[in-house]
Amino acid sequence: MTALHDMTVAALANQLRAKKISATEVAQHFLARSQADTSGAFLSFNPEATLAQAKEADAQLAAGTAGPLAGVPMAHKDIFVTTDFPTTAGSKMLEGYRSPFDATVVRKLGVQAGGAGMVNVGKLNCDEFAMGSSNENSAYKPVTNPWDTSRVPGGSSGGSSAAVAARLVPAATGTDTGGSIRQPASFCSITGIKPTYGRASRYGMIAYASSLDQAGPMARTAEDCALMLSAMCGPDLDRDSTSLDVPAENFARDLNASLDGLRIGIPNEFFGEGLAPGVRTAVDAALKEYEKLGAKLVPISLPRTELSIPVYYIIAPAEASSNLSRFDGVKFGHRTKDYTDLVSMYKRSRAEGFGEEVKRRIMTGAYVLSHGYYDAYYLQAQKIRRMISDDFQQAFKVCDVIAGPVAPTVAWKLGEKTDDPVANYLADIFTLPASLAGLPGMSLPAGFGEEGMPVGLQLIGNYFKEAQLLNAAHRLQQATDFHLRQPGGAK
Amino acid sequence: MSLTAQEIDRIANLARLELPPEEGQRMLDQINGFFSIVEAMRAVDTTGVEPLPHPIATIQEVALRLRDDIASEANQREANQRSAPAVERGLFLVPKVIE
Repeated sequence: MTALHDMTVAALANQLRAKKISATEVAQHFLARSQADTSGAFLSFNPEATLAQAKEADAQLAAGTAGPLAGVPMAHKDIFVTTDFPTTAGSKMLEGYRSPFDATVVRKLGVQAGGAGMVNVGKLNCDEFAMGSSNENSAYKPVTNPWDTSRVPGGSSGGSSAAVAARLVPAATGTDTGGSIRQPASFCSITGIKPTYGRASRYGMIAYASSLDQAGPMARTAEDCALMLSAMCGPDLDRDSTSLDVPAENFARDLNASLDGLRIGIPNEFFGEGLAPGVRTAVDAALKEYEKLGAKLVPISLPRTELSIPVYYIIAPAEASSNLSRFDGVKFGHRTKDYTDLVSMYKRSRAEGFGEEVKRRIMTGAYVLSHGYYDAYYLQAQKIRRMISDDFQQAFKVCDVIAGPVAPTVAWKLGEKTDDPVANYLADIFTLPASLAGLPGMSLPAGFGEEGMPVGLQLIGNYFKEAQLLNAAHRLQQATDFHLRQPGGAK
Repeated sequence: MSLTAQEIDRIANLARLELPPEEGQRMLDQINGFFSIVEAMRAVDTTGVEPLPHPIATIQEVALRLRDDIASEANQREANQRSAPAVERGLFLVPKVIE
């Protein structure tokens, strides 16, 4: 029999349903594997809680009341609040924090009544408050890329991508604000999807930039992502004011549909001089594969691609400065030992609790929202955001999905960009446009580029077209084997 | 456009962040580095363009909902205060605000 950790979510779910294996046995296997990990992917474990969830899944499987993914293990990015595990958002600010409730996504995926029945193995490392693209902004420890341990796994969902690539867990949750699911998926050669903004509830997802933040699954295959995404989405109208009143869907329904006649838009701005040659070669080869599957490549233009960098890095910090004002050392989170009055308590607690990148974004955000600058920066950025979104609608008149690279390069070396925040921001260029427009986007393994490191292909769909994206991704995975390759680090 | 050290101090105060001088200087350099890429955005003609606060408003009207103001959760003061830095008799403790 295939080793448990080599099985996909779909395969494990089948084995569990057929009672060939028990959820407890599966949980023990993945827990042992994850606890032995040295990549830094995990921030916390609670074996007792994991095994209790597995026991519950076994009971549901025996009683015939089990959810569709009952007993399949997974792990949550430490941005989702959980009652059974600490939640830190990768920040010292929340060291030891225990949430009194579970995030909606956690409930929907978990073993609670009505949930998909998945078992949480632990909490995954990430950039502090999801701000970063290398996981080096975690206040606890960096994460190494299983394909080359001298390199970053991407970010901010770097623990998620590293854990799935190393087969510590078959799937994980991630969150994507400016590319934080797609870019780490690309760097670690796994599959990840960010749904349309408003599809997955943000309730209990620690807020970074509320008009951009979206949850999504990260797994090895498009099929696994479809199964998990189907469980994660759906209206949460009383708890998330931006949640859309759009019913959950079975996103796996069209996985095998033919791609004959599918029009794939190729934005020429995604193939400019900043693109590493190895990345370009891999992406071009994937596009050729699509042509073989019957798709047609259509040249399109997203003329404001470059502008999406300043627009995003104005809007996201503005929202972050507002969201992170709740961390004041009063009701939860870090409080300094050394203060004289209330204001000095606020200032010191925040200075000690937040890391450098978080402070930088709070400062930038506070500045662009301050009196006299709001119109010139924040409002201007929100206007260009509409122009960027309109550009996509223009493009979707002549194509069904858009394809291109996820990032200009493969994963870089740990430490390579830590002193240069702007260099990090520029590397987000291909994921930011879809984020600003709130469109669904995904990354799937497309081969290998410079130094043999993984390259991801990005697919962007129109609003609510997740099933179509997953169909396109699944068909490519039927025709190629990149998603089956595993890093040497994974045993 | 370039920020000054005074502006950094002013914003740090607004954001309730204590910044020691050397950290303030590094912050100033990095934020100014970032604003060099913001200039391109300021030059864009956005006359007549409506800001986009909720991305789905690109294709349809989106109204932010309010829910009725009724208690939906049982009282769980203990769980809510479990992670508080200082609590006494069920109350959050803060430094004295009024003399």
